[in-house]
Amino acid sequence: MATKTIRVDTLTRVEGEGALELDIADGAVAGVRLSIFEPPRFFEALLRGRAGAEAPDITARICGICPVAYQMSAVHAIEDAWGITVDGPLRALRRLLYCGEWIESHALHIVLLHAPDFLGFPDAISMAAAHAEAVQRGLALKKAGNEVLRLLGGREIHPVNVRVGGFYRVPTRAELAPLAATLEAAHAQAVALARWVAEFPFPEFARNYEFVALRHPDEYPLNAGRIVSNRGLDIAVAEYEAAFAERHVAHSTALQSGLRARGSYLVGPLARFNLNHDRLGPSVQALAAELGLAPGCANPFRSIIVRAIEVVYACEEALRLIAAYEPPSAPAVPVAPRAGEGTACTEAPRGILFHRYRLDAEGSILEARIVPPTSQNQSTIEDDLRIIATRDLRLPEDELRDHCEQAIRNYDPCISCSTHFLRLEVRRR
Amino acid sequence: MSVRALVIGLGNPDRGDDAVGLHVARQVATLGLPDVVVEEAGGDSLALLDRWAAVRRVVLIDAAASIALPGRIHRLDPLAGPLPRDFALGSTHAFGLAEAVELARTVGLLPQRMTIYAIEAVCFDSGAALSPAVAAAVIPAAGRIAVELAEGQGDA
Repeated sequence: MATKTIRVDTLTRVEGEGALELDIADGAVAGVRLSIFEPPRFFEALLRGRAGAEAPDITARICGICPVAYQMSAVHAIEDAWGITVDGPLRALRRLLYCGEWIESHALHIVLLHAPDFLGFPDAISMAAAHAEAVQRGLALKKAGNEVLRLLGGREIHPVNVRVGGFYRVPTRAELAPLAATLEAAHAQAVALARWVAEFPFPEFARNYEFVALRHPDEYPLNAGRIVSNRGLDIAVAEYEAAFAERHVAHSTALQSGLRARGSYLVGPLARFNLNHDRLGPSVQALAAELGLAPGCANPFRSIIVRAIEVVYACEEALRLIAAYEPPSAPAVPVAPRAGEGTACTEAPRGILFHRYRLDAEGSILEARIVPPTSQNQSTIEDDLRIIATRDLRLPEDELRDHCEQAIRNYDPCISCSTHFLRLEVRRR
Repeated sequence: MSVRALVIGLGNPDRGDDAVGLHVARQVATLGLPDVVVEEAGGDSLALLDRWAAVRRVVLIDAAASIALPGRIHRLDPLAGPLPRDFALGSTHAFGLAEAVELARTVGLLPQRMTIYAIEAVCFDSGAALSPAVAAAVIPAAGRIAVELAEGQGDA
């Protein structure tokens, strides 16, 4: 029996450490393992015994790219447990902060991590010589997103200004004014970025995915909404664990999530766009149409265009929020810790991020549950790779490896978050 | 104050010898060198491109995964050519210092003068202090930076 193993020992241009192994037996793909070997980080365990109010700052440490997502899911879950509602300008500021994270995280992934795959460069540094303007545009967008985080979060990485009940300090209108000028410029750069990526060559590939995202009555989802899918799932966030299960697989330190009823599903920009296209507003919808992107897109390689569309949206939404901002009378609403359980789900740049906390009467954490988007996409990534590897089996091994890595990057996996990741190993038998 | 030079110490204060760049920067700051701004940075190496955009001269200090001798100080000139590949000026994030410098070179965003002091490190354990050999390199490294900046004092 002819056997062969192709291995990517360390996947590059992804956040964190993981590998990919392909087993090939008698000319067919026998196994695909997205192996995540970044050590487990035990955040859920170390949260036990800590004050509920500490959860936003502790969980922000899970990721340097998407700390706001962790803060937002944590803070809303604790507020859910303590019966606190944060609305008005405080809610708007949280949405503005999240827009900043989408801009910086998406710009980094689109230009510096994923674009080289489409243009045939090994990395962004090699690509930069031929596409200096695009790289500078990506850097400028990332900077604009970081400025939102610096102003509202206190600093760019692991912001410190979010608290249960609101913020420690809120900005004045005058402080937000220069940010509006930055975001006006960023908006024009984001439109140019979207037009640039839409011209990339895209592999023919589509699958019948179950897309899962938040859905809100009025808004493109960031901090709130019901969890919905294109196959009829429509649940409150508190019902998440009844509908989804995590399982351990031997080749990964990250748990894999699946729908209890139907298994693999897809979260992230493509799911959000397909399920919430009607919430993007006319100008962003028009840009998507101009770029040939319509709801129902099932080619994950085109998610790079969706990410760029979301950067445009985030700039527009941030500008709208700044224009409408009236400082609140207090930076936070009163907080009274109590025993209870709370859940929240928000849209991290990579997809839905679920948190649940159970707290005692003093407000200390008895139990914490965190399900990051990369865990949820893991088995879908493996399913994609099985098809791509089967199709490309006769290609030279370097090309097969490149195609597989590009497919993994469609999901902008955050391995550090999911170990809770990447190497490619192909075993031919 | 006109900024003649920007000194940036890089590292994670909670990961043992990874903090050596921060310690050296603090030592340089105590010297009160005229027109020299000292900063500390960690995490996002790409953000460095913004920090040095308006400055003509930049000195960076970072820990390097040990090649042979913990505490040994290497002086690198990125403008003279690509950084040596055997230096692990890495990051657990998608972009480390070496990548940020090479990206800046390619798109023309390097300052006119740049020096990188890389100090060989040995222990990156969470919560650990600097290991003795690496701690012993802090004052000598700060001294070399002060001398270098003093020699360049006449530079615009």
